Amino acid sequence: MSAESLKCRECAEPYPLDARYVCERCFGPLEVAYAPKVIDDVAAERRKIQAGPQNIWRYADFLPLEAPPGPSLRASSRFGLPAGCTPLIKADRLAERLGLGEVWVKNDAANPTHSFKDRVVSVASARARELGFEVLACASTGNLANAVAAQAAALGLESYVFIPADLEEQKILATGVYGTNLVKVRGNYDDVNRLCTELSGEKEGWAFVNVNMRPYYAEGSKTIAYEVAEQLGWETPDRVVAPVASGSLFTKIAKGFGEWLDLGLATGEIPTMNGAQAAGCSPVATAFAAGHDVCKPVKPDTIAKSLAIGNPADGPYAVELARATSGAIDAVTDDEIKAGIRLLAETTGIFTETAGGVTTATLAKLADRGDIGSDERVVLVITGEGLKTLDAVRGTFEAYEIEPSYDAFEARVGVAV
Amino acid sequence: MAVTVKLPTQLRASVGGASTVPVAGATVGEALDAVYAEHPDLRERICDEDGELRRFVNIYVGGEDIRYLDGLATAVGEGGEVQILPAVAGG
Repeated sequence: MSAESLKCRECAEPYPLDARYVCERCFGPLEVAYAPKVIDDVAAERRKIQAGPQNIWRYADFLPLEAPPGPSLRASSRFGLPAGCTPLIKADRLAERLGLGEVWVKNDAANPTHSFKDRVVSVASARARELGFEVLACASTGNLANAVAAQAAALGLESYVFIPADLEEQKILATGVYGTNLVKVRGNYDDVNRLCTELSGEKEGWAFVNVNMRPYYAEGSKTIAYEVAEQLGWETPDRVVAPVASGSLFTKIAKGFGEWLDLGLATGEIPTMNGAQAAGCSPVATAFAAGHDVCKPVKPDTIAKSLAIGNPADGPYAVELARATSGAIDAVTDDEIKAGIRLLAETTGIFTETAGGVTTATLAKLADRGDIGSDERVVLVITGEGLKTLDAVRGTFEAYEIEPSYDAFEARVGVAV
Repeated sequence: MAVTVKLPTQLRASVGGASTVPVAGATVGEALDAVYAEHPDLRERICDEDGELRRFVNIYVGGEDIRYLDGLATAVGEGGEVQILPAVAGG
């Protein structure tokens, strides 16, 4: 698939493949449009993918770049900060606990900066270099900040990272360490986003990965779907549960499955898509429940800060997708989020951040409601790492504290042999 | 009431390249109507057929999205600023 143009998702107006993100006619978002492609020999195409590097560049044929980074596939493994090829783990104890048949966890915390954002930043920064940019920038709720600062360091680019000033300390530290220009904005994410939208109109030499590079950035999320399909033996799962913040990841996962089904690379159908939001910031779940597609903006108040986007630009598309696939968009409370983090950790050994707590709690809710058939193969998309949001687990368990003696151990812990 | 309407780069060609348009108006709706009176082709780019804001257009008064306030009826003070920006997002 070679990228042909950018195209308005609302009015279909085409634009060249440069750094732009909004339709000049109707303000609709621009998406990458590809030239039609037919794969004659599916087995050969699959072998080509399997022979590629152990990162997202094995899917370079389906991404909007002129050439995959590096002169060869071998070199692609060494370019920048390679993302992707994260584990897909069969979570039998989680499935058993929830009374489900088959659950898999796509653990995207296993990326270089411990969230799925490394995928989107890889694609956006590769395209930014093709277009000649030397400065990377972003508006972030934290995970993107980590990914942009690290990727810029790996590529030798300058970077400017804008975050809400009250972000979790772990995410601030794990950004500043890369030597970026870190700008803490006194406001919430939507304030940061507004500022960056304004700045991107004035700073022509800057590639804002999620503003003027957004069409390329968003395409990076498709690689989660490609990987899941490849890891399941070139099949799509029956259902996917994924978090919804702006709605971009959620919709692009379905787009990735759709592309491979059309090309014959994967078999099956577009999965039932279940979106997960925090009750303290649930404009998309609210619109879904109300039966309309306009997402009324909200002021976020949730521990799931990486999902705290009160004015989600891709919200309407997320609602449409959930409806079209007989899925849903649900919201869970902060207590349910904390319980979700514990549930995933206790049953799979995976420690996720609050966003993963939202997703796991939503899976539990769907199971409880009886929405999931016992024969369904479900994939839970875990997007980030628990060490980034330690406050969410502080005080949720007790440890034994003893003197360093056998007797003290026996007296306090007293394990019967 | 004299107010300033700040335009995003995508709309500046329609007003001869300017980044701001000074107009009179007591609400966002009045200020925008004054802009349309001078630059009629901006109307259909900001509003849909029903006169409502297009869903990918955000308008801010004092840094606050008018969807949180009173929409097009949101009041603008003397010397106030109405900022138009395209909607984008992604944490």
